[in-house]
Amino acid sequence: MTMTYLKNVVTLRLDTHRCTGCQTCTQVCPHQVLAMEDKKARVVNRNACMECGACAINCPADAIEVKSGVG
Amino acid sequence: MAKKISCCSGASCDNSLIEIEDSVFDDPINATWSDGYVDHPRARILKIKTTLEAADILGAVKARLGINRNDYSIYPGLYALGIPDANSPVLVTANYKLTFDYLRRELEGQNLWLLVLNTHGINVWCAAGKGTFGTGEIICRIGQVQLANVVSHKKLILPQLGAPGVAGHEVTRATGFKVVYGPVRAADIPAFLRNNHRASGDMRKVKFNLADRLAVVPVELNHSLKLIPLLFVLLLLFNLITPNGWAWNTVWVPTLMNLVPYLIAILLGTAGIAAFLPYLPFRSFALKSLLLALPLVVLVVSFPGVFHFPDHALVLGAHALFLAGITTFFGLNFTGCTTYTSLSGVRKETIYTLPVIALSTLAGLVLAVIYQITRFSI
Repeated sequence: MTMTYLKNVVTLRLDTHRCTGCQTCTQVCPHQVLAMEDKKARVVNRNACMECGACAINCPADAIEVKSGVG
Repeated sequence: MAKKISCCSGASCDNSLIEIEDSVFDDPINATWSDGYVDHPRARILKIKTTLEAADILGAVKARLGINRNDYSIYPGLYALGIPDANSPVLVTANYKLTFDYLRRELEGQNLWLLVLNTHGINVWCAAGKGTFGTGEIICRIGQVQLANVVSHKKLILPQLGAPGVAGHEVTRATGFKVVYGPVRAADIPAFLRNNHRASGDMRKVKFNLADRLAVVPVELNHSLKLIPLLFVLLLLFNLITPNGWAWNTVWVPTLMNLVPYLIAILLGTAGIAAFLPYLPFRSFALKSLLLALPLVVLVVSFPGVFHFPDHALVLGAHALFLAGITTFFGLNFTGCTTYTSLSGVRKETIYTLPVIALSTLAGLVLAVIYQITRFSI
């Protein structure tokens, strides 16, 4: 059963212009928030994001920002 | 007696000290999980078993109960599993012993190297969030164990949940080693390795099923049940005060019975919310908790005599507010134990909920005081 938390609160921001299509963000996300579309990453399930920061820290192009707090 | 040991001698390390108690882990060669050595031209590397023994299982139980779990770690460094050679994969993990055990028991029959990072005895995901399962520590540790002299390839396999702490591309820039993220669960590692180091979609998803949810309850109970003695004292004080003087002879059984709904409130806010999480309506944990508290409140208000509460609206009103407050407080706290709640969401919930709990507790106290006053003035 997929549980979801509060909607429309997360601070996740993806700049597709900077995205190089390396796909790392789609591999590290624990909740399949991001997916590849036309060789670029896109946010496909924003409300499933838990703001862990894995995508942002692993983006070599600094295309992703999220306020992940103290962890 | 605790011993301070310098953890890293690699040039790129920050020399943070780790305290390790005099225990079997002080001397890994005597640990029940070690299995001799692998001889490498430059060093003797400790070999580890892939089976868990009674001591490991007992240790796991204690960790899950919250007994001494801040002191359940192993030395960081390089370990061998099976008979690895220069081509064998390198898996990276944390030095929390529970992590180490959960990992190695899935690796029966494999030949690989285990690079254990100094996460100060914390598991992978939490350490990654804090940054100790991090870029700097990996770079440091690779240098300390001279990994480049042990394997001829340049690949590190990290647990996916280490990702929040590790910038893979920066590790590569500093060490030449490429970071590949393996599956979330150790049980999927053999399939991952067989499948040319590719993870399926399901291997990359984090779940939170009933077993996962219940596994985190004992530690929460360990913390929350510490409230019981305080509650006992408060209830005792309330029951002692009567118009006929201090009721020392008659308070004991009533106070103990008063405590029962409070114990239930704590259980509802911990084990209850854990068990019923996906089945409770609302996304908010505070609202889910309030729903859980409702039957308890109805029970107490309908059958006050069972718990030795006076059948008086003011008193029952106070207890209703306190009980709902307790369940909601611990239920909200459970957001910190899940695998899917966002920081922003928890912040939003907390900002609304805590003031409400504080005010309702205050209101309950006011009701209780008014009740006592009415008893004395009649």
